[in-house]
Amino acid sequence: MIATALPLVFAAPLLASAILMVVHRPIWARRAVLVGTVGAVLAYGVVLVAATNGGTVLVADIGLWPGGIAIPFVADMFSALMVTATALLTLVCVAFGIVAGEDEQHYFAPFVLALYGGVAGALLTGDLFNLFVCIEVMLLPSYVLISMFGGENRLKAGRIYITYNLLASAVFLFGVAFVYGVIGTVNFAELAGAAKESTAVAVAMGVVLVALAMKSGVVPVHGWLPRTYPETSPAIAAIFSGLHTKVGIYAIYRLYALVYDGDERFLGFAVLFMCLTMAFGAMSAVGEDTIRSVLAFNMVSGIGYILLGVALFGPLGLAAGIFYLLHHMVVKTSLFLSAGAVEVRYGTQRLDELGGLAGREPLLAFAFVGAALSLIGMPPFSGFAGKFVLLQASFAESAYFAAFIILAASLLTLLSMGRVWNSVFWGPVRREPDDTTGTAAVTGAADTDAVVAGNGEGGAVLQKRRTHAKATSPLTHVSPALAAPALVLTLVSLGIGLGAEGLLNLTQQAAAGLTDTSSYIEAVIGR
Amino acid sequence: MTAAILAGVLVAGGVYLVLQRGLIRMAFGVILLGHAANVVLLAAGGLYRREAALIDQIAAVQAAADPLPQAFVLTAIVITFGVTVYLVALAGSGSGDDTEETT
Repeated sequence: MIATALPLVFAAPLLASAILMVVHRPIWARRAVLVGTVGAVLAYGVVLVAATNGGTVLVADIGLWPGGIAIPFVADMFSALMVTATALLTLVCVAFGIVAGEDEQHYFAPFVLALYGGVAGALLTGDLFNLFVCIEVMLLPSYVLISMFGGENRLKAGRIYITYNLLASAVFLFGVAFVYGVIGTVNFAELAGAAKESTAVAVAMGVVLVALAMKSGVVPVHGWLPRTYPETSPAIAAIFSGLHTKVGIYAIYRLYALVYDGDERFLGFAVLFMCLTMAFGAMSAVGEDTIRSVLAFNMVSGIGYILLGVALFGPLGLAAGIFYLLHHMVVKTSLFLSAGAVEVRYGTQRLDELGGLAGREPLLAFAFVGAALSLIGMPPFSGFAGKFVLLQASFAESAYFAAFIILAASLLTLLSMGRVWNSVFWGPVRREPDDTTGTAAVTGAADTDAVVAGNGEGGAVLQKRRTHAKATSPLTHVSPALAAPALVLTLVSLGIGLGAEGLLNLTQQAAAGLTDTSSYIEAVIGR
Repeated sequence: MTAAILAGVLVAGGVYLVLQRGLIRMAFGVILLGHAANVVLLAAGGLYRREAALIDQIAAVQAAADPLPQAFVLTAIVITFGVTVYLVALAGSGSGDDTEETT
């Protein structure tokens, strides 16, 4: 029963997206469909985690074809955790988008739903070609979102993003063709262990992994990420930071564990690249001058930490990597949302234009500093547990150089996050909130189209909302509703940090499913 | 061999066009890259087997074409088509955007 619903996680958001594409009004119905669909997926994700607890693998074969021929949707602990985490983040970001007024643009809701459908499909599919299709389903709405929402540079950022991702997709497709040409199947379970036995498969699959690394933002192919994320709108940047690169990372974990069976020949090479990514991202972040570009470079650094888990392999390394992945998604999205709240209210994200927010916005300051400490790796937040288990894993694998880089990059992260904290939250107040809309200021929850229509300055207000959705609250401060999404995620990080044992137990199960793939293979083709 | 050369030429042209400034040229580059990927996908199924893959009509199974890569190509064509339409729309709406060197 639970397994038969697996394809729905992919289909339901796409269906809801198609409906919202046609039916625009009323706005509350649009919001209800958006929140309801993502909320339902979140609930189902929790059910999946419970159902896969203990190493069960759920399979849904499409069209009742026998296993191995059918295109399967597969859920094990790793997929279940990822579905739950991505649904939670999407829900929180959508809540932020609603409060910030971004969803008044008709196409916000349908494209976010289509994007999420692609993400869920990519996390659950058991077929390489289907993975390609799901990643495309995820990317196409992103192309639209990135060029539609955001500041004046959004089209430029959109161009970089689209060109780069189309090239990466082409490389991915070539890789799939090579894999099929060499071994004649694209089913994950059929491919299991193939790359360890045959060098030709290893090379063909290597092309796929390179494409996934491009999409994940691994140094040296990370340049697109910090050039695009700061230019879109706050809610979109937060959604992208939580979902996009993480799907690529998930696929790298899955494919390396299944197809390469953790082949040790390539691991040293991978550790080197991950160390480069950690160090390079953390160093670049120090020199940036807007909040979101600092965060984007810290994200590149974080990708190094996450993929170090797969580079170390073994049950310990994988469990640490998956734990860090979940922690990083939550914390990074929280930071992007606090930065977004500042930007929506104060109209800028430049470090030298902001100051003294700690006194004015205590809620937001708490959300930011909590998430920042978590990113750096301070107890009691989740970052401490994440980095601690990663360090343990690198010592266990005698990767002392990686352990050194983990610590050094953390110090650099401290430096860059400290810089943001100092210039944005401490010091003198350098900028008052944007509150120029006067009487036309409306609360985020109202159906603003009607308000705008009945107002003389309608055109100007609409224009303003299109460019940045700044004036949605008549308050002079960041409203609690705008700060709440970031705060919720910071508290989630705190909760994970305090109850690290529980989540670590789950990620160890997920890692066990990756190191010993026999139950996965048996569930998919053994029937 | 023919397929390999064809794919190589298409990729070379595609990469050259994608690196151009104008968005329309980039769209053409994406089309060429998509075609190259399709040729490689078809070649992956074996170009020497060309009979229809209808179970009750083929004398020798060995001669039947592999239908799976054809399904892949069909999907890939649809995706490339969608992307092309979007790129052309973007080129139309943002004409004059970022097409000249500004230093």
